[in-house]
Amino acid sequence: MIQEKIREKARELLSNKTVDLIIGFGEGSLPLRTTPRFIRDPEKVNRLIWNSFCENNLATYLHKFSKLKVGIVVKGCDARSITALSLEKRFKPDQLFLMGVPCQRMVDRRKVGRAVKGEILQAREENDLIHVKGDGFEIALEREDFLYPSCQACMHRNPIHVNVTLGDPVEESPLIESYHEAKRFEQMSPEERWNFFERETSRCIRCYACREACPMCYCTECFVDSSNPKWIEKGLSPSDIQFYHIVRAYHQTGRCSGCGACERACPMEIRLTYLTQKLNRDVKELFNYETGIEPDIPPPLSTYEIEDKQDFIK
Amino acid sequence: MTDQWEPKILAFLCNWCSYAGADLAGTARIQYPPNIRVIRVPCSGRINPLFILKALQNGIDGVLVSGCHPGDCHYISGNYIGRRKSATLKRFLEYLGIEEGRVQFSWVSAAEGVKFSQVVHEVVQDIKKLGPAKRLVKRSLEFGVRSSEIKNRDSEL
Repeated sequence: MIQEKIREKARELLSNKTVDLIIGFGEGSLPLRTTPRFIRDPEKVNRLIWNSFCENNLATYLHKFSKLKVGIVVKGCDARSITALSLEKRFKPDQLFLMGVPCQRMVDRRKVGRAVKGEILQAREENDLIHVKGDGFEIALEREDFLYPSCQACMHRNPIHVNVTLGDPVEESPLIESYHEAKRFEQMSPEERWNFFERETSRCIRCYACREACPMCYCTECFVDSSNPKWIEKGLSPSDIQFYHIVRAYHQTGRCSGCGACERACPMEIRLTYLTQKLNRDVKELFNYETGIEPDIPPPLSTYEIEDKQDFIK
Repeated sequence: MTDQWEPKILAFLCNWCSYAGADLAGTARIQYPPNIRVIRVPCSGRINPLFILKALQNGIDGVLVSGCHPGDCHYISGNYIGRRKSATLKRFLEYLGIEEGRVQFSWVSAAEGVKFSQVVHEVVQDIKKLGPAKRLVKRSLEFGVRSSEIKNRDSEL
């Protein structure tokens, strides 16, 4: 079982001092939730778990431990984020030990919540079923029906460039699923697209949870916080919120692994991954680049080819 | 003068080619529409996508970005880097629903006064077709009143 393998490896790494710290997933305080767990004591590795709710991208936390040697549990997307961050020279060589876990794709807890009436008090996962129990109901739900949109679009479930892979590789999804949100959105008319974007962003409360959850958003001063130049006003004017969301997404061009952490972090349930998915699709199409696959090729916007497409330029 | 709406267009021109091209158009008395406001930048690679978005937010009807032809960049590769940013930004804005043609790109060398005039003609024509920018524009309700609205208000009273 993967959970056992994670614990075993974590114990080994901590005992022989290969790493100072293990970052993994632990049991959350609510059903269907997990929480990032930081473990330094080999005796406490039993707090690590693995299930279909390990949705966070743990790479985000690496920025806080620049002085430690860190072992980290990574899914396919997390591993790609880390490769992308390494390209941006965020880590010292050999600072990280990646424990890759082939990902079964994560379950959208909000979708599960909407599928039942009332509050979920208990949840348990068994094979491909999720048993949820609450006040006056107890049902089993098919795991496959409740996957995150970003997980459905995922083409790299098996982690790459990791130190060790725990568990058997999984079969990658069919190519037809890739960028499915962006493909669907592209079919709409510009008016429909703008109205959708306007409607979604109108709920934004500017908590910046999407930024905080993203491993690639590590600037010491974000453009929204900058007062000179003051790119964006404080407050909830629709235009400023739209501006924020456009730029937050655009800053991920060629850097986003499509993990979907931004969308999961959003308390207002704003759709966000369709934005970054489009950027990923364009980068793939224009520059044949996918984030976190090649550890030696520089990010697309920091380099160029003489033959880049320029049919849009007069 | 008629009361007809005229688009406001912001042009980011690189110092070494397009700005000189615009200058040449001027000294050679080549006519082009007066709708553009020029901002001189050191290189087309200097243009932060935020500049373009900020311009749109502040109610500019169209943006023209112009730099040196590929291979002519004063800084060797600035325009190539800028080209990648432009390509992704243009596609992304259109994907969001900002009309195609609001943001346009061109290569104009220092010797191409005629081309500069042509480009401006084309851009102005395109933007006129699109009409005034509405999307992403910061509404006047929150912070002061737009001058066009003041004009309307004055005629009402």
